[in-house]
Amino acid sequence: MTTAERETETTEVDPTRRVTLKINGKAYKQDVEPRKLLAYAIRDTGLKGTHVGCDSSACGCCVVVLDGDTPVKSCTMFAVQAEGREITTVEGLGQTGALHPLQQAFWDQHGLQCGYCTPGMLMTSYAMLQHHSDPTDQEVREFLGGNLCRCTGYNNIVKAVQQAAQVLRDDKVNQLANAATGGNA
Amino acid sequence: MTTTDKNYSMGKSMKRKEDPRFLTGQGNYVDDLVIPGMLSMAIVHSPYPHARIKGIDKTAALAVPGVKAVITGEDLVAASLGWLPTFHGFDKQMVLAVGKVLFQHQEVAAVFAETREAAMDAAELVDVDYEPLDPVSTPFESMKDETILRDDRENKTNHIFHWESGHQDETEAALAASEVIINEKVYSPRCHPSPLEPCGCVAQFDSMGRLHFHVTSQAPHVHRTAISIVTGIPEDKIHVISPDIGGGFGNKVPVYPGYVCAIVGALILKTPVKWIETRTENLTTTGFARDYHMDVTIGARADGTVTALKVKTVADHGAFDAAADPTQYPAGMFGVVTGSYDFPVAFTELDAYFTNKAPGGVAYRCSFRVTEASYAIERGMDLLAGELKMDPAELRKKNFVQKDEFPYKSALGFTYDSGDYEGTLDHAMKLIGYDDLRKEQAEKRSRGELMGIGLSTFTEVVGAGPSKHFDILGIKMFDSAEIRIHPTGSGIIRTGTKSQGQGHETTWAQIVAEELGLDPQNLLVEEGDTDTAPYGLGTYASRSTPVAGAALALAARRIREKARVFAAHLLEASVDDVEWVDHKFSIMGAPDKSVTMKEVAFAAYTNPGEGNEPGLEASLYYDPPNMTFPHGTYIAVVDVDAETGEVKVRRFLAVDDCGTVINPMIVEGQVHGGLTEGYAIAFMQEIPYDAQGNNMAPNLMEYLIPTAVESPIWETGSTVTPSPHHPIGAKGVGESPNVGSPAAFVNAVMDALSPLGVKHIDMPLTREKVWLAVQNAKAVAGD
Repeated sequence: MTTAERETETTEVDPTRRVTLKINGKAYKQDVEPRKLLAYAIRDTGLKGTHVGCDSSACGCCVVVLDGDTPVKSCTMFAVQAEGREITTVEGLGQTGALHPLQQAFWDQHGLQCGYCTPGMLMTSYAMLQHHSDPTDQEVREFLGGNLCRCTGYNNIVKAVQQAAQVLRDDKVNQLANAATGGNA
Repeated sequence: MTTTDKNYSMGKSMKRKEDPRFLTGQGNYVDDLVIPGMLSMAIVHSPYPHARIKGIDKTAALAVPGVKAVITGEDLVAASLGWLPTFHGFDKQMVLAVGKVLFQHQEVAAVFAETREAAMDAAELVDVDYEPLDPVSTPFESMKDETILRDDRENKTNHIFHWESGHQDETEAALAASEVIINEKVYSPRCHPSPLEPCGCVAQFDSMGRLHFHVTSQAPHVHRTAISIVTGIPEDKIHVISPDIGGGFGNKVPVYPGYVCAIVGALILKTPVKWIETRTENLTTTGFARDYHMDVTIGARADGTVTALKVKTVADHGAFDAAADPTQYPAGMFGVVTGSYDFPVAFTELDAYFTNKAPGGVAYRCSFRVTEASYAIERGMDLLAGELKMDPAELRKKNFVQKDEFPYKSALGFTYDSGDYEGTLDHAMKLIGYDDLRKEQAEKRSRGELMGIGLSTFTEVVGAGPSKHFDILGIKMFDSAEIRIHPTGSGIIRTGTKSQGQGHETTWAQIVAEELGLDPQNLLVEEGDTDTAPYGLGTYASRSTPVAGAALALAARRIREKARVFAAHLLEASVDDVEWVDHKFSIMGAPDKSVTMKEVAFAAYTNPGEGNEPGLEASLYYDPPNMTFPHGTYIAVVDVDAETGEVKVRRFLAVDDCGTVINPMIVEGQVHGGLTEGYAIAFMQEIPYDAQGNNMAPNLMEYLIPTAVESPIWETGSTVTPSPHHPIGAKGVGESPNVGSPAAFVNAVMDALSPLGVKHIDMPLTREKVWLAVQNAKAVAGD
């Protein structure tokens, strides 16, 4: 390819498109090139909890949840593909002082060290618990098979997910009991 | 579980103070920094491992919309910024290739553009005219000196250095007189720390011409000094900030060409520049580890008593001698290769060579080549046990340095501080049920099943280090602490170290809380900002607790001494009559008359007493008298499937002795992480180069990191032998599991394969390698 051809190719890149990303219940409008990866589009909104670690969909640091229950590596998807989908990032789970049971469990069980893989671990686990409220340790390990951790190993992460699963199951039972008894249980 | 208990201090599993930030996505990593007008930098990398650069055409790249500049090696040389010093100071490294490239992916040019995408597009269009040259891809080829790789150097040889330690003649004589000798070549493969956050930086000059440099740094002060030396910018005009760091493992210690280019870009374009590595850049150009070819010989008497050790090593240092080692030890602390055993005499020598591979051998989750040394001796002891048909535990017990022999001076000159090797081994054997496992193994063997039990009874050496032995770029390896106690009894702690996940915000608070009787929840820890932190050498090689932890304890004791003066004033007693008991000041003989540190802190600012200097602060620099020597016994139990080569790690027990434990939960977490990395090294993780010098694992699809699926479940235990020279007896632990575990895994697999006559397979023990070894052994046996 000659330099002139390369230049032509470069200048013929598609124009940007306007997308609306619905993240944690809030709409963010953004002009993106069609090739822009969702991970970078999310980070450009100022939500920095979604991390990029490998550029090859191998590490899972960028996992977000689509439509409430589907974990997706946001570096595997273009931002334009996320139009109209509900995106949940780690910032949508819970905040300091009001942690989601998963965040609390990772804290209690020492399920993190440098914290870089943690948002992806949390989001994958969150999606799993929407489908499997009572997973075995092996099921947790397999579900987290696309998320790498370098500091902590996985023992404590599995323990944390199990703790959260238990808390969420108890919550459900309590809610049911409350509903059935009009809150007088 | 609550965190309101004020009695959290040393020895307590206090939950980490830093975690809520990471759990809610509020961590503050380098790539999170966005400055208006900031440019993005991308680097052009060589596709060839060895090639002459005949010309570089920037035209097409500069024509890409948004591109502001392209710089090459020639441009940097013109500005006297073409070369970087390496760790040793014995060599230098090209920032961007000049004249020729020396390894695949070497940095050739840097592109600055308004967006990351534009910078990357333009980097593809930088037209570099290469003339490929024959690559030298192993040190064994390199030592022939047929192709001289570094014609910029005065010495026209690929040989970098020869280093030796011990007594050669005595060792040869002892080996000649030995009743039993084992000899084996073992290779510790080239691998990469690969923290999940890649390296990166943001360079910004303010209106006063001051450089503010956010960087993924394990050693921010050293980086500030190195940047000053390289660029000539006075050190007061450089502000290095190392924010939250997503793992380091040694990879974030060196100064990389990308950092220099980003600073140059920010300087010439007068706008901030961000550079964040791609994963491929991280794996192919930044600090790799290991690549040691070791030839191990052990002599012994027929009863198993060792008589001599000889280890000859060939080290592949890549294109530049950028290996991270303290200068007094050109091969780092490899001299600890005698391990936990009382060798009467030993000799080790090492030759390092240039090759067409990436430079920068770092101490990957170990302290300067100890992982290689530990692997060599622990494999060697198992080979000896096999030769003698002795149980490897029995052989080790026969040869351990005994607990009453400390301080122990090894045949290679290290003085071990303390240890109880036999006690730790006994504890581990009991915890795992060693004797029952051996019985089970005998039964399985009788049925033809391949079960293996592997031991590693390693000794680490950490706490780099005493200034008489250690430096980086000439800077001595002390560390530092500064503590300021506020009037209300809270405080701020600063050190020269920098956590990359080790939990310093919690453990440092615990140490100071213990020493001062304050609430660790109200002791803020701040690290990584060179404007505020005292000068220190950073966090790597498990040096934080042995060095900065000691500095903290001693600084806190200084505060306590000053506080005693205020306490005496409050108690209306003479200073000599005031004692520190149960985390309070009391009048001697009248324990009911006491004041708390909180009360004393308030007095320090409100009612210090006439003639007393107000305030309650201390800063302290600590130069340790010696390294610390944590040790441990690790036991792996594996089953090998002869049909597929699959190794199943059924159990793995790690019993660590790292001296006094500050936070057991954090120690256990570090052990889990290190074991997972040790497992990776033993079974999957390697950066191989082909004969043409191509890097065969340039991304995480090829460079295999274990997931939750294959990682074994870790069992842990501990014994406590405090370091006699550390103020609180702590030794450091983060590197031990990565140092001790590879040999345990390999020993276990070799033990499983021993009925077939297989003696050794080099790591990583992939299924294919294990399967082939089994097939070859069967063929030899005529099965």
